[in-house]
Amino acid sequence: MKVKRKSKFHIPTRYILLGLTCLCVAAMFLTLALKLPMGPLNTVAGYVFVPMQRGINTAAGWVSDKADNLKSLKSVQEENAQLQKQVAELQTQLGTMKLEQTELDTLRALWQLDQKYPGYEKVGARVISKGSGNWFSTFLIDKGSDDGIEKDMNVIADSGLVGIVVDVGPNYAKVRSVIDDASNVSGMTLTTQDYCVVNGNLISMNESRVIEFTDLKCEEGTVIEVGEQIVTSNISDKYLQGILVGYIQTIEPDSNHLTSSGTLTPAVDFAHLEEVLVILEKKQVVAE
Amino acid sequence: MRRKITVFLIIAICFLLQSTLFQIWSFASISPNLLIVVTSSFGFMRGRREGMWIGFFCGLLLDIFFGEAIGLYALIYMYIGYLNGMFRKRFFPEEIKLPLILISASDLAYNLLCYLLFFFLRRRFQFGYYFLHIILPELVYTILVTVFLYYIILKVNQKLEVIERRSAGKFV
Repeated sequence: MKVKRKSKFHIPTRYILLGLTCLCVAAMFLTLALKLPMGPLNTVAGYVFVPMQRGINTAAGWVSDKADNLKSLKSVQEENAQLQKQVAELQTQLGTMKLEQTELDTLRALWQLDQKYPGYEKVGARVISKGSGNWFSTFLIDKGSDDGIEKDMNVIADSGLVGIVVDVGPNYAKVRSVIDDASNVSGMTLTTQDYCVVNGNLISMNESRVIEFTDLKCEEGTVIEVGEQIVTSNISDKYLQGILVGYIQTIEPDSNHLTSSGTLTPAVDFAHLEEVLVILEKKQVVAE
Repeated sequence: MRRKITVFLIIAICFLLQSTLFQIWSFASISPNLLIVVTSSFGFMRGRREGMWIGFFCGLLLDIFFGEAIGLYALIYMYIGYLNGMFRKRFFPEEIKLPLILISASDLAYNLLCYLLFFFLRRRFQFGYYFLHIILPELVYTILVTVFLYYIILKVNQKLEVIERRSAGKFV
């Protein structure tokens, strides 16, 4: 009976294909051009898949942790001996640093600079799944709009910039990392405050674990050295000011003799990213 | 109904494995594409219609979690499923050559399309590098996984077909 009824209302596959194609194109147009939120789909998919991803990740993490433990025991012992030596050295250094710190504190108070980087309110989240496919560096975290996360919030780890929230569901959020090929961050050098643009780059990230920066405009005479810190700039409209992005690895002047470009090592270890902090504060931009 | 639930489970498991476990087990930060294997193998095992629907849902899942816009991956996967469905008449369960060729071709086509859409259009022209370091390794890894995954899908499908034939026989 079932078979008979099916054959009565049989629509040729070609037409279904055509219909679905139109549907997909329409959906693409709606989400890309009109920025229509995909709320209900996110909600359903989030409740079905996120708990499972979380579970698998916890289990897999536990197993690989145990394996790593065994492997690293010996190297840890060697490291321990080395570190003991270092502790002694560092303690002597610490004394002098403390003196300098108090001096710095008083100077800061004088300049009233202590409010420059206020402690933002943050929420911790676990990375539950990495973007499938090998072209992009996006990942999912296990906190979403239910925990107060919104689109365009900044994500940090190890006090360095990880990326930005590009999409939220009720119980998950999608983060695009700064090493993603399509990522662009407006940055500046810490000491001279010269602006530049930091681009993720798949090739350079694959080859030597660095990302690119371009259009670094510095005045004639100032020399920016390798190792200089690049932080998010004050003119960025999505990233909060002063979050560390990375350290300059190579730098060369462009052919126009006005700007320089080069590579920088990200401050965050993206290969072993497990926990991140989401800053629950968005950059305030004056609406035009 | 039984088939729909089973297929959904297969898609869900492959999606979860692809986005969690295989990211941890990636070689040189390359992970295999399990959803292509599912879409392609159901395509040539079951025909254009089923390949198309399964591709559509696999793509939709990727769109929701990792896509820029809803519908783009759905479109790509749907056509891959549909095109694979055209080879149904040439498919014999005992032979592994045709599935391997079709799945490899699907993965290759998918990644070439990804390169064109997401990288070529953004002026990343070093095709040689992307081919050698992203597309080719993913192809090799996917083929390795296919050898196991394809047999699982094949056996599940055969079991389903036996059950369906039995229950259809009851009604007639």
